[in-house]
Amino acid sequence: MSIDKINRDFIALFQEARETPKGPELIEKHREEAFRRFQELGGVPRDAEEYKHTDLVPALDRDYRVTLRPTLPEINPNALFTCNVPELDTRARLTVNGRPTRDEEEPDLPGGVVICSLARAAERYPAIVEQHYNRPAAPGNRDALVALNTAFARDGIFLYVPDGAIMDKPLQIVNLMRGNTNVMSFRRDLFVIGNNAAATILACDHTLSDNAFFSNNATEVSLGDGATLDYYHVQNQHVEASQVNSLFVSQGRASRLDATVITLYGGLARNNIFVTLAGEEAECNLHGMYLSDKKQRVDNFTSVDHAAPRCRSNELFKGVLDDSATANFTGRVIVRPGARKTEAYQANHNLLISDAARVNTRPQLVIDADDVKCTHGATVGQLDDEAMFYLRSRGIGESEARLMMMFGFAHEIVGRVRLAPLREQIDDLVDKRLRGQLTKCYNCVLHCKKT
Amino acid sequence: MNELLKIRDLRAVVDGKEILKGIDLDVNEGEVHAIMGPNGAGKSTLSAVLAGRENFIVTRGEVYFKGKNLLDMPPEVRAREGIFLSFQYPVEIPGVSTVNFLKTAVNEHRKYRGMAPYPPGEFLKMIREKMAWVEIDSKLLNRSLNEGFSGGEKKKNEIFQMAVLEPTLAILDETDSGLDIDALRVVANGVNRLKGTNNAIIVITHYQRLLDHVVPDVVHVLHDGRVVKTGGKELALELEKQGYDWIKRQN
Repeated sequence: MSIDKINRDFIALFQEARETPKGPELIEKHREEAFRRFQELGGVPRDAEEYKHTDLVPALDRDYRVTLRPTLPEINPNALFTCNVPELDTRARLTVNGRPTRDEEEPDLPGGVVICSLARAAERYPAIVEQHYNRPAAPGNRDALVALNTAFARDGIFLYVPDGAIMDKPLQIVNLMRGNTNVMSFRRDLFVIGNNAAATILACDHTLSDNAFFSNNATEVSLGDGATLDYYHVQNQHVEASQVNSLFVSQGRASRLDATVITLYGGLARNNIFVTLAGEEAECNLHGMYLSDKKQRVDNFTSVDHAAPRCRSNELFKGVLDDSATANFTGRVIVRPGARKTEAYQANHNLLISDAARVNTRPQLVIDADDVKCTHGATVGQLDDEAMFYLRSRGIGESEARLMMMFGFAHEIVGRVRLAPLREQIDDLVDKRLRGQLTKCYNCVLHCKKT
Repeated sequence: MNELLKIRDLRAVVDGKEILKGIDLDVNEGEVHAIMGPNGAGKSTLSAVLAGRENFIVTRGEVYFKGKNLLDMPPEVRAREGIFLSFQYPVEIPGVSTVNFLKTAVNEHRKYRGMAPYPPGEFLKMIREKMAWVEIDSKLLNRSLNEGFSGGEKKKNEIFQMAVLEPTLAILDETDSGLDIDALRVVANGVNRLKGTNNAIIVITHYQRLLDHVVPDVVHVLHDGRVVKTGGKELALELEKQGYDWIKRQN
């Protein structure tokens, strides 16, 4: 199968979607335009600068089943999955293959907070959905995969936090992939955090059967003036799973985003993070950590657009790569004319454990304003011999010493997780991951074979 | 008194240059030895070779520790056998908390001796006890190992680790350098508390001042990769008075 065949298949699939019962008009109306964008862009990216080191063809070059009908999955989620962090007091929502397992609203949330499915929100809160759906993401439609998501996605999780409201508990979104056949899915989330409102969101991705999966997800976030969002995304899938996640955030004045993306396991993980600092004095902190071995590929692409003066952005991505794993980091920072007193810091540090592991790290700074502070730094290194000797001289064996140092390297990211039970859980997962004990899809009751 | 360490004709090269040119040394249980000498004499090289640093290549000679061939052992086995090196420049290890590092080290020692891991409560009790030895701030326990520690804190942390691991042979490589008088006293107290009839201490230093607190039984002077003089504690005082030129002139 070639890329032409893959693109022809998407055209056929879109034709099929046209003939499938429709969902809410607010979502439907974006599809035709988005698919046209996909085609104008030449379909699945091959030569695009943004995908220079990411070849999606092998992941797409297989048969997947795609559910186009707007139906909820007929499963009992509790039978499939129990959260391993019981101390985490959250409001949980599940998705299976990109579709929420329930669409109704969470009842009686304090402060007028709304949690429901996106399709339900489009019916119940059309004004909010109309105002925010496909807005932060619209510029991202330059990316063919994002356009594809807009063309096909039917549902996802919706969160609305009204002005001044502070969520009492984090929203936890558990994204599961499962099937009897290979599955391709599209999920679309929308989070609207009002002026001076605050929210914490924890998303995690798991695979529950050993089929091949391709999930194409887009998450749009609008942060009002003075709003804050703590966003955590933990990816733990098996090696036959590929995911493209695009996070779009538009930030109002003096708002603050802390986003942490932790890739523990997976075949191919491409994370796009697009942040627009639209209001003055907005701040975003993007943290990423990836542990990759065998033939896994992790690709983080960030784009921070400083569109207003006196905003700050801070990026730190760290990765540990073993075997013949490959990682890419692209950090694009755009400082628009007039975005004076911009501060933008970016760092990407990598630890290569084997000779065959590869990393490409690319800072891309486009600065069109004066009086700005922008720095970037990247390192690719091995474990420090001095530190190894120090640990061994205390009686710690060589392999344990290596593990400790890798753990320590990753901990700089994990240590920033504010939810203590989550931080401890991730620490534990990282430790298991580095010890090669995370061979089962974490927390899965099906115990599939793919690791 | 039982012999703990026996070094015979030890020669070692670093980066192709011979630094140790035939060292002979005997250390018995219950003894404190001081090794003194000018810069470049090979003092730190000797300590690194004993601890098992890989880029120091032994070209000749033998080292026996408790009758076992030390040079055959990787560094972690030497440590579990009871050798402890207090580093002149302790290494900063980001992201590894001091307490987790100690727990791992202690339990590796226990495993080597066929013992079960420390029950967590007992471990913390032991840690608190040993912290009092060196007047170390308990906040350091949860910080990354040596990261951002002051010079004095790093050296105290070395002695703290020594107190926790209870080595049979502790080698203090210029532990006194860069310490103020108070920290020096704390370090010396820690060392003196460890001192017993079944273990030994080698103090590597330029100066007499640590030896005022940790009184040596034997003093060796190292010069140009060899032990050129051995005597009692008065030798250290003599050196302090006469300076190293006195040794250099004699050799």
